[in-house]
Amino acid sequence: MAGLEECEANLIVYLHPSKENCARDAILSELSTLLFTYNETVGGVVLAYDPSILSNLAKIVPGTFPCFGVQLKAKLLLFNPKPDMVLEGEVVKLTPNSIHAVVLGFSSAVIADDDIRDEFKYKIKGGEEVYVSRTHRKHKIKVGTIVRFSMKSFDEEILHISGSLLAPHIGGVRWLDKNLEEWSRADSTATKRNTGDRKLENYTLTTYETSVKSDEQIEKSKKKRRQHT
Amino acid sequence: MGVPDMDELSFTDSQLHYYVKDALKSAIQGDCDFYNQLVAVMHRKERLSAADVALLVTCLKALTGAVSCIDISHHKSLLAAILRMSLWDYGTDVMDALTDALESLASSNGEHVNLCLEMLVSNFVPPSAYFEKHRGPSKKSEVLDRVHSTLIDIANVVPLSPMILEKLVRDKMPHVYVKEQPIVMYVESMLRLESGAMGELVGSMALIVLMDKLIELDVEIAWKDILEDDFQKDVFDFELEDLAGPADNFNQENKDYTREASMQRFCTGNHAEKLDSLMVLTFEHLQCCYETGRLVQVFEILLQSFRITVLTAYKSKFAQFVMFYACSLDPENCGKLFADALADIFVNGVHPEWRMSAVAYLASYLARAKFLPIPLIATMLERVVDWCSKYCKNRGSDINPKAHKVFYAGCQATMYVLCFRMKQMLALPRLKSQLKLMQIDDILGHPLKPLQVCLPSIVDEFLRQVKENRVCFLPERLADQDFLESEHSTVFGGIEKQGMFFPFDPILLANCDRYIRPNYVYWSMVRSSYDEEGTSDEDVADAYDREDGMSIPDEEESDADEFIPGFEKMSITPRDSSHRFGGRMPSKIRPSMSPESL
Repeated sequence: MAGLEECEANLIVYLHPSKENCARDAILSELSTLLFTYNETVGGVVLAYDPSILSNLAKIVPGTFPCFGVQLKAKLLLFNPKPDMVLEGEVVKLTPNSIHAVVLGFSSAVIADDDIRDEFKYKIKGGEEVYVSRTHRKHKIKVGTIVRFSMKSFDEEILHISGSLLAPHIGGVRWLDKNLEEWSRADSTATKRNTGDRKLENYTLTTYETSVKSDEQIEKSKKKRRQHT
Repeated sequence: MGVPDMDELSFTDSQLHYYVKDALKSAIQGDCDFYNQLVAVMHRKERLSAADVALLVTCLKALTGAVSCIDISHHKSLLAAILRMSLWDYGTDVMDALTDALESLASSNGEHVNLCLEMLVSNFVPPSAYFEKHRGPSKKSEVLDRVHSTLIDIANVVPLSPMILEKLVRDKMPHVYVKEQPIVMYVESMLRLESGAMGELVGSMALIVLMDKLIELDVEIAWKDILEDDFQKDVFDFELEDLAGPADNFNQENKDYTREASMQRFCTGNHAEKLDSLMVLTFEHLQCCYETGRLVQVFEILLQSFRITVLTAYKSKFAQFVMFYACSLDPENCGKLFADALADIFVNGVHPEWRMSAVAYLASYLARAKFLPIPLIATMLERVVDWCSKYCKNRGSDINPKAHKVFYAGCQATMYVLCFRMKQMLALPRLKSQLKLMQIDDILGHPLKPLQVCLPSIVDEFLRQVKENRVCFLPERLADQDFLESEHSTVFGGIEKQGMFFPFDPILLANCDRYIRPNYVYWSMVRSSYDEEGTSDEDVADAYDREDGMSIPDEEESDADEFIPGFEKMSITPRDSSHRFGGRMPSKIRPSMSPESL
């Protein structure tokens, strides 16, 4: 899925002296405070980490109370969606004015009625709410199914995604995966070429090597990445 | 087309939906007429007619559909008006519309989640005017059911909202100086979250915050309110008046001196009442947890909190009974866990004050918990004795209450437990030999002279029981030894009198007492097992099994005289040692209901 990246970070974790006996647990506990929050330094929401401690020696850092700093390398799985990226999420709620989905189990995504293309109509069928495509009756978006949408904006604080179903070739995943080929062939080739090119230009899955040594370096690498996209 | 007047509306729902959306968009541009009317509708609260209610509901529904157009900076007054509404002020129609609007608001935009959750958490407690109007209990369930189901619905759509909710619930916990009803209602909702769908996510926070609040209230109650007495009777007599009912067979003229009366006098304090109510709420919740099979997990969190907050608090008075009650529900698991944890802290802990505190808790717990099997008590005792034994093995030094305070605390704990449980242990041959192997007399006879440092009342009683039970392997009192207060025993425990801490002394909170009573060993039970002549093992067990402690029967008066000082001192935390022990003898033993099986 778009927006997922892996990066390798050189980190220093500062531990309280009382954690000396259980350093590994303390390190994992510190790293777990990174989870599900947007981290400016690494440029994404940390979803998973895999640390490997470089050595048993740690530097004692003086301060209000002395801490010891453990150096480690960690592989981090990041989620960093960009506008117009195509994401997928499980639909949890449908209303006449919005579609609510959950992406990767933690991020709430909402698609407002202005962003749902006219093709889809809200209906209640057999007590169940559903968005049905006017052109292809089998193309449905129901609670519990996966919806593919393009991202409009991402709120880094609460990790809230605002999405859109305006572009063609997005909607209910089940139907799309079955029928995309036919659908694409049926459409005019000109339209297909345009949208396809745009997508390729805007995102690629890349692996970043991020060296985290000082704040200035972090700022520089972040700026560089921003320039590329 | 002009701006429609709200009071003259006769639109269909979809038309209103369109107008509301339009109003929101126009307000951003600067045209606020319809928008302001909307805000005015939201503010209507008092004396709503049916038409008003219908209008309010319709507007809320329209807003629910138009949430995507709500902007946090341009529609501040509208948001403020909605979020200021309290479910407690309205009927169920408006409540439903409001909760739908909140859910929709929270799902539509991340910026709104915090505000919506905060509003829902504020609705855990009604506005202060509510209590004066005496509304029925149905209102409470109408509101709280909706609040909690909305929280769950929001969590389904915004998976990270429990993280925010956890922080909000913790931060909005009422202060101890708030009145009783609001605090109790808030805690009720907190416990409902703990046992609800989000229990795994916010439950441990709820329990920890609750324990913290109990300790906060506990600390507000002064010790002098409990121990201070201005009459001639010794305070120790209170426990001897353990009767089945609160006012049965009281001798009217002596009513003031009973434990019941002391409870009443004591409980008029605000904090005591609040603590009482909250603890009863906690007990009920623990009961539910036990019935649904969750008690052990809940207990582990409570134990963690106990270690950090209750154990380290200066002489907590009642909050620890939460642990006692939880253990009584599940002695095999929780009961054992608690004893093990306390023993671990005593044996392996680092901080001496907390080790002393832990062994005081352990001693009081082992002595008072009726539900603990005697073999377990013996095993726990053995752990304490082993540590004391190792401590003094190669130490030849002389008496020094400050330097060896942890050791003296361990010795006192041992003697205290044996004062309550000696007879029961001696009744079982296996435990009798286990007791013998502990070599307690070596420890108590050591040059460190624990018998001179520990509290004289306990030492006295212990030695008296040793003599009474004719136990050859426990120390004997020498003829000229009289354990009045020595300079050493006053020093023991330092300025804070750590040596005089019996955390599970009979609880003085009236409502809690009902829950604790069936599982509690009263001193009178122990005493009555000695009073009966020719007590067999069964009689010993019977004495402990009686639901309530027995009072001294009249005919035993002459025999009882000899034992009174010791007995009384064992029943409850002794008063400040500025009074000499063995002081005034009671002028009369109060008669009470006749004993059941004598």
